[in-house]
Amino acid sequence: MSTQVDITLTVNGERVSRRVEARRHLVDFLRLDLGLMGTHTGCEHGVCGACTVRVDGRIVRGCLVLAASLDGASVETIEGLSDTGEIRDLQEAFVARNACQCGYCTPGMLITAADLLRARPQPTRAEIREHLSGNYCRCTGYHAIVDAVEATARRRNGKAGP
Amino acid sequence: MNEVIDPRSVDRPNSYIGKSVPRPNARKLVEGRGQFVDDIVLPRMVHAAFVRSPHAHARILRIDAAEALGMPGVLRVLTGKDLEPHCEPWVATLAHLKGMKSAPQRPLPIERATWAGEPVAAVVAESRAAAEDALARVRVDYEPLPAAVDMETALAPGTPVIHPELGDNLCFQRVNETGKVDDAFARAHRIVEATFHTGRHTGATLEPRSILADFNRASGKLTVYHSTQAPHMMQSVFAKHMRLAEGDVRVICGDVGGSYGIKVHVYPDEVAVAVIARLMGRPVKFVADRLESFASDIHARDHRIKARMAVDADGRILAIDVDDLTGIGPYSVYPRTSAVEGNQVVNLVGGPYDFPNFRAKTTVVFQNKTPTCQYRAVGHPIATTVTEGLVDLAAEAVGLDPVELRRRNLMRDDSYPRTSPAGMKFEGLSHIASLDKLLAMMDYAGLRAEQARLRERGIHRGIGFASFIELTNPSPFMYGIGGARISAQDGCTVRIDPDGSVMAATGVTEQGQGTEAVIRQIVAEAVGVPIAEVRVITGDTLTTPYGGGTWACRGTGIGGEAALQAGLAVKAATLKVAGAMLQAQPDALDLVDGHIVEKRSGQARMPLAELARIVYFRGDTLPPDLPRELMQTRHFITKEYPFAFTNGVQACWLEVDVETGLVTLLKHWCVEDCGRIVNPLLVDEQVRGGIVQGIGGALYEHCIYSPEGQLMVGSMADYLVPMAAEMPDIEVGHVETPTKESLLGAKGAGEAGTAGAPAALMNAINDALRPFGAKVLAQPFTPERILAALGKVPARWPAPAPTVAAGSPAHGAGSARAEGFWTRLFGRRGT
Repeated sequence: MSTQVDITLTVNGERVSRRVEARRHLVDFLRLDLGLMGTHTGCEHGVCGACTVRVDGRIVRGCLVLAASLDGASVETIEGLSDTGEIRDLQEAFVARNACQCGYCTPGMLITAADLLRARPQPTRAEIREHLSGNYCRCTGYHAIVDAVEATARRRNGKAGP
Repeated sequence: MNEVIDPRSVDRPNSYIGKSVPRPNARKLVEGRGQFVDDIVLPRMVHAAFVRSPHAHARILRIDAAEALGMPGVLRVLTGKDLEPHCEPWVATLAHLKGMKSAPQRPLPIERATWAGEPVAAVVAESRAAAEDALARVRVDYEPLPAAVDMETALAPGTPVIHPELGDNLCFQRVNETGKVDDAFARAHRIVEATFHTGRHTGATLEPRSILADFNRASGKLTVYHSTQAPHMMQSVFAKHMRLAEGDVRVICGDVGGSYGIKVHVYPDEVAVAVIARLMGRPVKFVADRLESFASDIHARDHRIKARMAVDADGRILAIDVDDLTGIGPYSVYPRTSAVEGNQVVNLVGGPYDFPNFRAKTTVVFQNKTPTCQYRAVGHPIATTVTEGLVDLAAEAVGLDPVELRRRNLMRDDSYPRTSPAGMKFEGLSHIASLDKLLAMMDYAGLRAEQARLRERGIHRGIGFASFIELTNPSPFMYGIGGARISAQDGCTVRIDPDGSVMAATGVTEQGQGTEAVIRQIVAEAVGVPIAEVRVITGDTLTTPYGGGTWACRGTGIGGEAALQAGLAVKAATLKVAGAMLQAQPDALDLVDGHIVEKRSGQARMPLAELARIVYFRGDTLPPDLPRELMQTRHFITKEYPFAFTNGVQACWLEVDVETGLVTLLKHWCVEDCGRIVNPLLVDEQVRGGIVQGIGGALYEHCIYSPEGQLMVGSMADYLVPMAAEMPDIEVGHVETPTKESLLGAKGAGEAGTAGAPAALMNAINDALRPFGAKVLAQPFTPERILAALGKVPARWPAPAPTVAAGSPAHGAGSARAEGFWTRLFGRRGT
């Protein structure tokens, strides 16, 4: 419980070094040690997707990754993806389409959607629904989220959005 | 004159009411830069975690905290006895619910734990992890007691009485009766009868319940950062029960990660946190984890309803007779009470229909399970399921299409104002227009043809309908007359600042619906400024007008009207100043797009910012006796009608795999009439989100208990919620019948989706199963239950089949058939 591990990693492009408890998961590390509050805790069972972040380019459940395992890793959170502008168009589509209500699931949802659009630039609605089906949203009923992701894909492909 | 909100005016400058304007607060949310309670860190903040009862019912013999107190970082362990001197217990009853009773509840119990998951001791430590580590070291000696678990036997002799001082486990009972019900059944052409179950489920807000309480010993003030829907109500609760002046309590409600009714109640662990903050004189944070959310957030909709309907040979409804039973846990929940859901059922059953004879009884009983209380669309999904389920049974019994039977019985659109058999006053509804619009949207005839074609290939699709009413804009008749300190009025303050921008502080709150957007639109239009110039303040008892918050679909209808009136008052005050400055009559001037203009020509005379600069910094240049009140507050309360009813109709199109019992949702439609629509984009997403929440309860979500009262679903891996892949696209349409109670004309929009979706889904499944004579009436409609209805697996629960009879079975006869698990439709006899 009290085992401490020294780690040095990159978070949103900045190098950070911390001594962490071996049991501390990535969400707590981001929130409590780094003050990055954009990553949310929803279930801590790896089910709801609220804590989705990127580690070395792949999306992970922050609650299922131990910070101690991330020495040398590169972590990207919603704050970093917002500041670089990488997902600005997707975020704007979420705002325009009201695909975000309470906003608690939204950072994880956006990072998951961005992951889909990198792998499949022209996904069908069914593919969007499938890819997002590990991210729980209680507010929207998903329709608007699917619309926003679809519209972003179209715009990136040079087509006018609906 | 209704100029301000005439939708025809939407193309003139700063006309925002009726437009799909994006939410001003959405940008921060998509960047992860909102501020939820758990994001707030205060100096010397400590964390609470709770020891929770592992027993449904047990005597607390001894709590030994010695070992826990020795753990690293642990500061305090507190029990019910420790908190008792510092907090008055509460009893959740409402005086207008005659005969209702409940027992005193404390932040932590002293003698007995009464549900598995009830908090019994608090550990306070320097971190949440340290507090949780210590939970296992708090030794609680329990004497397990027999539990009252099954609501069906709650009142039976031999069942333990949970609160002996109450005499029995009955919380509340009410019969709502009109006309001659027994006579109507005696002369009916057909009687359909069925028993429905709406499964106990819960809100599963993605952000768990969260509270951070801070007590300043020097000032004597308690500040509570709270994920809540009703900051002023909570201010009153903390003050009253902690014996503080209301003025010494400030409740701040920032971003809320979903609530849906879950966060409008008083939870014992949250009150404990406030009391502990006062005892320790430092900030205490508590954020529920997912397991404790399932075990301690309110549950809802645990109802068994025996219901029957009498119809004549033309399919006219003659009578509805309903017997509702609901188990609410060991305490009625404060301060709204847990009797309201059952009370809503007896008020709302049969709501859309024109029929003369009505009887509905609700029986609300205590049991040793998690307490239930108001959750999105309180009582509506239950009443709608029963009503619409009976309507479809009746249509089948008399050989009519379900749409035709509805058309023959729905209240006519020109028949208002009127009062329903259940006593609900309707100002103006549009059931027929809504149904017509829905049928056009969905191409009903085309779907029926497709259904028939696919059936020949062994593909079983179903169409289900649900007409509904939704109670919105509640007056004091909901809670206030019962003695609860819950405000039905709401206020808004609008202020013009020196740069010509506008501040609006409102008593209604934001939990993601778009309250801030709607208030901003209304104020921008009412004052006459570009929408970007308006900023909205919500969720702070220190800085907003007193109000009820956002629940029961009152945010736009009540809070929006207050904002409209305050904005108009500011505009009038501004034009008075402008008249003096410009040597003009105030009513010859207007305020448009941030400029004072001549009303007739539209010619710009002066920027609002210049007027404000002079008022605030060069008031010496104005006539001495000129009022310059550029800040106005208005309050609004409904007066003529206890509630403003929204109405509408939904349809569901789905496919049932009769080999696996799996339901695939193909499409869902809803036409809703919520009066004046302020922001179509937001309204449609309220409808869609509400529908999916209703689908969740109907198809997946279930708080399953063991016979001993143990909750068997503790994670989101075993409590299933709707996810993107399983949900359909949802088409939303509108009919607009504004309420005349307000200038704005808005009724609530947020719960209609949830009210109607389960019924539409149930009717669609049963429509798909029609060739097999199978029916499901117990939610959630799991594959197992569908297969059981098809006779492919044994049923594990009492599921009485619906019946059709030509005679008049004695009331309650359905239970005598409860042993019949297989769905059967019999008695198609008579003329």
